Amino acid sequence: MYSWLGGLLEKMINCLKMKQFAAFVTKEFRHILRDRRTLLILLGMPVAQILLFGFALTNELKNTRLAILDPAPTLVSSRIAERFEASPYFTVAARPTSPQQIDEAFKSGLIGLAVVFQDADIQLIADGTNPNQAMMLTSYATGIIEAEKNAEIIRNSQNISAIYQNGPVVRMLYNPQGRSAYNFVPGVMGLILMLICAMMTAIAIVREKETGTMEVLLVSPMRPIYIILAKTVPYFVLSIANLATILLLSVFVLQVPVSGNILILSAVSGIFVLTALSLGLLISTLVSTQMAAMLASGMGLMMPTMLLSGLIYPIESMPMLLQWLSTAVPARWYIEAVRKVMIMGVDVRFVVREMTILGIMTIGLVALALRNFKERL
Amino acid sequence: MILKYLIEKEFRQIARNAFVPRILVAMPLAMMLVFPWAADQEVRDVRVAVVDGDHSTTSQRLVGRIAASPYFELATVAQNYPQALQSVESGDSDIILQIAHGFERSMVEQKFSQIRPEKSHISITANAVNGTKSMLGTAWLTALLANANGENSADVEKNMASQGVVSGLVSTKYRFNPRLDYKVFMVPALMVMLLTMLCGFLPALSIVAEKESGTIEQINVSPVRRRDFVLSKLVPYWSIGFVVLGFCMTATWLVYGLVPAGNVLSIMLFSGIYLLVVSGMGLVVSNHSDTLQQAMFVMFFFIMILLLMSGLFTPVSSMPGWAQAIAAINPLKYFIEVMRAIYLKGSGLRELLPQLGALIAFAAAFNAWAIGSYRKNS
Repeated sequence: MYSWLGGLLEKMINCLKMKQFAAFVTKEFRHILRDRRTLLILLGMPVAQILLFGFALTNELKNTRLAILDPAPTLVSSRIAERFEASPYFTVAARPTSPQQIDEAFKSGLIGLAVVFQDADIQLIADGTNPNQAMMLTSYATGIIEAEKNAEIIRNSQNISAIYQNGPVVRMLYNPQGRSAYNFVPGVMGLILMLICAMMTAIAIVREKETGTMEVLLVSPMRPIYIILAKTVPYFVLSIANLATILLLSVFVLQVPVSGNILILSAVSGIFVLTALSLGLLISTLVSTQMAAMLASGMGLMMPTMLLSGLIYPIESMPMLLQWLSTAVPARWYIEAVRKVMIMGVDVRFVVREMTILGIMTIGLVALALRNFKERL
Repeated sequence: MILKYLIEKEFRQIARNAFVPRILVAMPLAMMLVFPWAADQEVRDVRVAVVDGDHSTTSQRLVGRIAASPYFELATVAQNYPQALQSVESGDSDIILQIAHGFERSMVEQKFSQIRPEKSHISITANAVNGTKSMLGTAWLTALLANANGENSADVEKNMASQGVVSGLVSTKYRFNPRLDYKVFMVPALMVMLLTMLCGFLPALSIVAEKESGTIEQINVSPVRRRDFVLSKLVPYWSIGFVVLGFCMTATWLVYGLVPAGNVLSIMLFSGIYLLVVSGMGLVVSNHSDTLQQAMFVMFFFIMILLLMSGLFTPVSSMPGWAQAIAAINPLKYFIEVMRAIYLKGSGLRELLPQLGALIAFAAAFNAWAIGSYRKNS
């Protein structure tokens, strides 16, 4: 009898607590909805980034401006020039008459490559400031010149098969057109979720400390830990909304398909959002002013996420020390997992490692945040 | 005269803040010493999984060459294609090289009877998620394969020469960065990024901080003129910017041995103007925001877009037309162009006049806006 009554009482208290909790969550939602400009940016940032990364940012070569210096044009050299004009990779921007003019064009940034015909030889001069661009440019240009050479041989030769060699068969997996968007979309997902979850949570909690309203909350009958949890709920919802936006945009606008299982993708993303939220919690326990929270999460979190996560720069190219450092960046594991699940469409067993690491990180961060959390200010 | 005291106040506030001085030291250090190593798009050590179905001397020699090549790393020798694919899927290799049975025989046949084989015995399958890597990787592998039947191609060249068809060889030269060092390319641009972050964000927070703490009321009721107040917010960050720039250039020289190929004074001139541009931009955002949080997020939004559209990470010339049009109104693009041109190419003021004009216009516009948008009456 008593135990039954006790159970009922406990249920009632729990129900009351749930109501209180819901009230706190509502309060947080109001905070966010009230500041229209910040909300607009929170929702607009993923859209802007996806569109930029999808359409504007690419390493692919297009219409590189080219100068051709050909003091004594021959049939072959003018045919090669024609091929360059026809290529989508190049536009012939200048036909200088002296090497000095080439030099000037390079210095004012007018051209990226110069083709110089000297007697029988051809010299390619590339602007080496951007090494990858330069290597791709010369490799494309060499290809164009070789193609003309081969055509010439075929034109002049009776026995074509005697000289023609079979090249290897080349297949590009997962991203046959070599579009940069395939590489960037997972990165943008990591960046946005990190920014919104970690930074916003940290700032929201610290703002209450700074304005003094935290005192009011802490004397309420809610347990402090629930107050903090209530603060993270709206940002969790917001990041789910962002995640959906990113995925819809990338599938329908960028035409980057989700080739793997959407459930696995959601699971990985869910774990990552929790990691980011707990990172935000930890930052909020370490600093006391909004300015510090912003600078700490902005500079201390965004920069490593942008540079050390493999978002733009491949981790394999980094020196060992930085590769080790990058293992501490949660976004690195998330981006790797999303690339595997979303782009390569691999089985779940290939991302178990990443999910485990993110899970362990989350537990560690929550434990640290709880240890630092003070119930009295 | 009052300007002097206002500037003194700003400097004191900066020095007294617990966080800002630390950021001012830590950011440049990290940016100059750590990030150039991270910001490396250079492709090296492409990991190859080999499926050797031929098991001949020739195919084994080929595998040996891949292992010995500085461009490649022999990740695994797989038994069959599915096994190789699995190593790509788990992220252990980037490219699969398949050598089909009969590869050696076809080479020999080709050499003696000059019969073109029916089909190619070699296929390359690349993980193309990273477009640059897969493209360079296949290009190198193809080049390595072409060299592998070196005797063959020598014959071809001889054949070609005897027929008098195609003249000469193609030689390649890389100007301005002959060793193709990616750090040399990134460091001048990272300086721009650093100046933008520090001298853009801190002013953006400065006026709105006075709004939040309420001290702006005291300024509003004082005889301080709007222009003087905005200038007092501008000057400290402008001078801090120069100190940071000086540190960066020294660090670059000491650590990377990189000195500007062009004139240091023109770097100073351009930086002076650019710092006015970003600080002005920060002050505009600060004036239009009500809370620190708002200022921070608006600034984040714009700086992120400006950084991405600046040619810092991906070349502006690869962008589609509309994106290039947006990039044309991006001050960062001009300053990054300038820094790379002066540092690497040794360009002079004459070649950089368009950029100079654009930056001066931006500086004038933003600072006029900053003064205009500061209202003493609320």
